[in-house]
Amino acid sequence: MTLAGDRAKELLSQPATPQNLARLVRPMLGLVLPVTLAVLWELIVRMGWATGRLAPPPSVVFATFVDLARTGELQRHTLVTLWRVGAGFGIGVAAATCIGAAAGYSATVRRLVDPSIQGLRAIPSIAWVPLFILWLGIFEASKVTLIAVGVFFPVYLGLMSAIQSVDRKLVEVGRAFRLTDFAMVRRILMPAVLPAYVISLRSGLGLGWMFVIAAELMGASEGLGYLLIDGQQLGKPAEIVAAIVAFAIVGKVTDWLIVLAASPFLRWEDVVRQD
Amino acid sequence: MLSLDRVGKTYPKGVHALGGVTLDVELGEIVAVIGGSGCGKSTLLRAIAGLDPPSEGAVVLDGERITAPHEKIGIIFQEPRLLPWLKVADNVGFGLGNLPKADRAAQIATALRRVGLTDKASVWPRELSGGQAQRVAIARALVPRPEVLLLDEPFSALDAFTRTDLQDHLLDLWADAKPTLILVTHDVDEAIVLADRVMVMRPRPGRIFDEIEVDLPRPRDRQSAAFDFVKRRVLAALDRSLNRAPTGAEGEPKAAAGAALWW
Repeated sequence: MTLAGDRAKELLSQPATPQNLARLVRPMLGLVLPVTLAVLWELIVRMGWATGRLAPPPSVVFATFVDLARTGELQRHTLVTLWRVGAGFGIGVAAATCIGAAAGYSATVRRLVDPSIQGLRAIPSIAWVPLFILWLGIFEASKVTLIAVGVFFPVYLGLMSAIQSVDRKLVEVGRAFRLTDFAMVRRILMPAVLPAYVISLRSGLGLGWMFVIAAELMGASEGLGYLLIDGQQLGKPAEIVAAIVAFAIVGKVTDWLIVLAASPFLRWEDVVRQD
Repeated sequence: MLSLDRVGKTYPKGVHALGGVTLDVELGEIVAVIGGSGCGKSTLLRAIAGLDPPSEGAVVLDGERITAPHEKIGIIFQEPRLLPWLKVADNVGFGLGNLPKADRAAQIATALRRVGLTDKASVWPRELSGGQAQRVAIARALVPRPEVLLLDEPFSALDAFTRTDLQDHLLDLWADAKPTLILVTHDVDEAIVLADRVMVMRPRPGRIFDEIEVDLPRPRDRQSAAFDFVKRRVLAALDRSLNRAPTGAEGEPKAAAGAALWW
């Protein structure tokens, strides 16, 4: 919040020179294409050149979205999906962090577990679904497990390789100052690994969102994925698009939360040398 | 006092990097170690630091055998090696143990003032120039008040102007507490400006080949005839250490010609 807020304040408090204006406008350029297309499609449907029955215009999608929100349906489904992603993400990250840290730190552990994990990684995670359903039933446990598996691999891989590629020269600084093993981890390894770890968390979360859809498409009575299926079966494309929009929003917001939580620790990454 | 007793290093792969170096260094003395590449001068320094303990012989500081990094020994590397996630002040205080906050801040402030970077205390290392970063590294190494400070080609990555600037600055800092300095370098001028003694090493395996006293008053004038005289002796010793006629590959043609005259 503060970071984005500060940035905005900083931008707004500056005099409106052409450069500052350009800095404000440039990010907006990305909006030109989607907004133009949306407006165009809206116009085409309004003019009656297309029915928009299977591809609803933005106004209809918006109305559906508001409707779903007003009845509380949207919130209920979003919360269920969020809970699943949260649980799966938490379990996946916890396991990946423990095993990835151990494998990155100790060559013995790495030789022991890494080949198996790399082997499992080659299997598309969705392939586990039938087995998970047999083992864990069709309700929450199998869904959360699938998401946890999806989150596990990028986080494990990111953390392990980040630990291995910590600059040995900085580790040597720690040795020269006689850090204990624990202090070495806390004062050198952890801060050195953090940037790559955050990136791996973000890609893990992205996969978590992908797998929650897969899990919910395959059988659920609630959740945003259920809304997708419901929209398909009842022939309500606007509901499908509204659910997709909801996915996009919560996905982006959760990703942003990770960035936000990490930003106080990664401020050093943003600076450039002023030689 | 720091004593090296037949310090040798053979790496597990069988490379004989260091073949028995014996050397006594008095407290407060400045010793420069110079030599061609692969003469084991960095290996020697790392052995003294306890980072790569010797495979033969012993490094002894005040009667204590050094086999691991020691609190009385500080080291400055070729690169500043600042921790990029700590502000300059926290980098300087990195080697300070558990101290009351005020003491810690005071020591850091003093060290930063001594290297002339008080205004950079709350800046990230990435925002520093190469010379500033190396000054922070010097401050970081000096803050725990080491008895012996090891320098591994500390200024070789800097431009010529910054380098002479930092050499003078290092002497200035040294004068505060007069620790022992052991400086590995391949810059003859640097060795002579700083050191009381210049040790010339030769390779395969690395060992001390010659020792040249630098008996010039400080601060030393790099342009003086006496300086040039010592420089010719060092260059000549370097040439002989590499088993070749004094062609002066290590220095400029003028110096090489001088070396030829001298010998």
